[in-house]
Amino acid sequence: MVEYKPIRKVVSGNYAAAYAVKHARVQVVAAYPITPQTSIIEKIAEFIANGETDIQYVPVESEHSAMAATIGASATGARAFTATAAQGLALMHEMLHWASGARLPIVMVDVNRAMAPPWSVWDDQTDSLAQRDTGWMQFYAENNQEVYDGVLMAFKVAETVNVPVMVVESAFILSHTYDVVEMIPQELVDEFLPPRKPLYTLTDFDNPISVGALATPADYYEFRYKLAKAHEDAKKVIKEVGKEFGERFGRDYSDMIEKGHVDDADFVFMGLGSLMGTVKEAVDLLRSEGYKVGYAKVRWFRPFPREELLEIAEKVKGIAVLDRNFSFGQEGILFNEAKGALYGTGARPIMKNYIVGLGGRDFTVRDVRAIAENMKEIIESGKLDREVEWFHLKR
Amino acid sequence: MIEVRFHGRGGQGAVTAANILASSAFKEGKYVQAFPFFGVERRGAPVTAFTRIDDKPIRIKTQIYEPDIVVVLDPSLLETVDVTAGLKDGGTVIVNTEKSKDEVLKELKKKPAKLALVDATTIALEVLGLPITNTAILGAVAKATGIVGLDYVKEAIKETFSGALGEKNAKAAEEAYNKTVVYEL
Repeated sequence: MVEYKPIRKVVSGNYAAAYAVKHARVQVVAAYPITPQTSIIEKIAEFIANGETDIQYVPVESEHSAMAATIGASATGARAFTATAAQGLALMHEMLHWASGARLPIVMVDVNRAMAPPWSVWDDQTDSLAQRDTGWMQFYAENNQEVYDGVLMAFKVAETVNVPVMVVESAFILSHTYDVVEMIPQELVDEFLPPRKPLYTLTDFDNPISVGALATPADYYEFRYKLAKAHEDAKKVIKEVGKEFGERFGRDYSDMIEKGHVDDADFVFMGLGSLMGTVKEAVDLLRSEGYKVGYAKVRWFRPFPREELLEIAEKVKGIAVLDRNFSFGQEGILFNEAKGALYGTGARPIMKNYIVGLGGRDFTVRDVRAIAENMKEIIESGKLDREVEWFHLKR
Repeated sequence: MIEVRFHGRGGQGAVTAANILASSAFKEGKYVQAFPFFGVERRGAPVTAFTRIDDKPIRIKTQIYEPDIVVVLDPSLLETVDVTAGLKDGGTVIVNTEKSKDEVLKELKKKPAKLALVDATTIALEVLGLPITNTAILGAVAKATGIVGLDYVKEAIKETFSGALGEKNAKAAEEAYNKTVVYEL
């Protein structure tokens, strides 16, 4: 095996995604520009123009067509990629079902952007979480390194279980922020991620298949079960791929929930994506001041890591769930999922939902401290003041 | 961790300056982070950009509220923007201006511990033929703060702008380095 010497570069989250696409030897990219995703596909176009990659780039007239073309490419056996954000992802919604239902291992980057109106280009997780039930797996990146690593792992996981993966990063906070990323030399990426070996392809004319054909009530049900089972089976694959990635490149992703200081914490902060970087910084500060706090960063939202969540819930007295998203008429989406997953397990930590950072409002170390003080009071008194708190609300 | 806030106007290259500063520090083996204020940019409107530099990976993902160093690319901003907002005690302010120390101090709401002045606009006009001050001002940052060496700044500039353009911009940074006057207050 070639010795691993990383190539360190200062790149934006979007460029990290583009480099990962190149290093994954993606064969087809079909995409339509939308802020803040555009610099991903611009960078890929630049790689193609420079002759650094032989990716087939398909410019299309909408995100719906972008996903349709990506589906077509993937059905021929190609490794295919696209990227979008917010309204663009919403426009893809119909085709997302076609991708997962046809069991095509597409990888897409969604740059979390608030849904309009009111018009906004800033960070908000509701766009991706609203695609929860489309049958796609979802990986949330905390930083630019995880965007790069996430895309590489996503292809391996997707192609093992034949389910598409959405790699999610934050608008501007990652997409347009420059940060140090360790990239992997091409020959070592090739060892980790060999060419795709599709089970069936549209272009295997000796073994013709049809994709997306009619399934009557006699069969449709089993198709759904198989997709459901693929998600459950994917958990093992995700852990194995994450472990292998760690062994090869030094960054371990074998846990679907990254945990910090959980074993001796009174309560933990739980959340998705970039806001957890700020939480980690705050947790170190709070611990130095005597707070018994930890964190649980949910890397994979689909499949949902119920088992790992239960392990955490059995250890702590409280969980502060930070949602940069909202399901209207209910509560924060991660909060809702986490509570649901724990019902019937016997684990009963006090859980409180903090709605934070919608539409890119800054979520700071000071905010984490305020939440910690509130959680401490709740746990000491045993009284939950309210279940869902709109934390930044101007009063 | 050192936190730097750049104030410029849309089109002056404050965001590029923040990125080049980060690349320079990265070349010296530091961990870095550079990003624009996540606002709506228009040519001529006030723009903010940020750089963080540290010896360890940077996890925090918020804007910078209490900078160690403030860099002002456009002299007219002193009248309209509180550029010293949140400046740490002991902090440094670097201003592109033709004004004197006393004139600039009158316009700052908070007195910094160190003030560095350079007429980067004139240098940019002479060397580049354009009033774009983002590369020249980085020479002043190197001189006034020592957080990055001039050689690394020039190298990062040449990587950002290729060929003759890179050489010219590196020269602008060097001229500014030589002409920056630093006042300990």
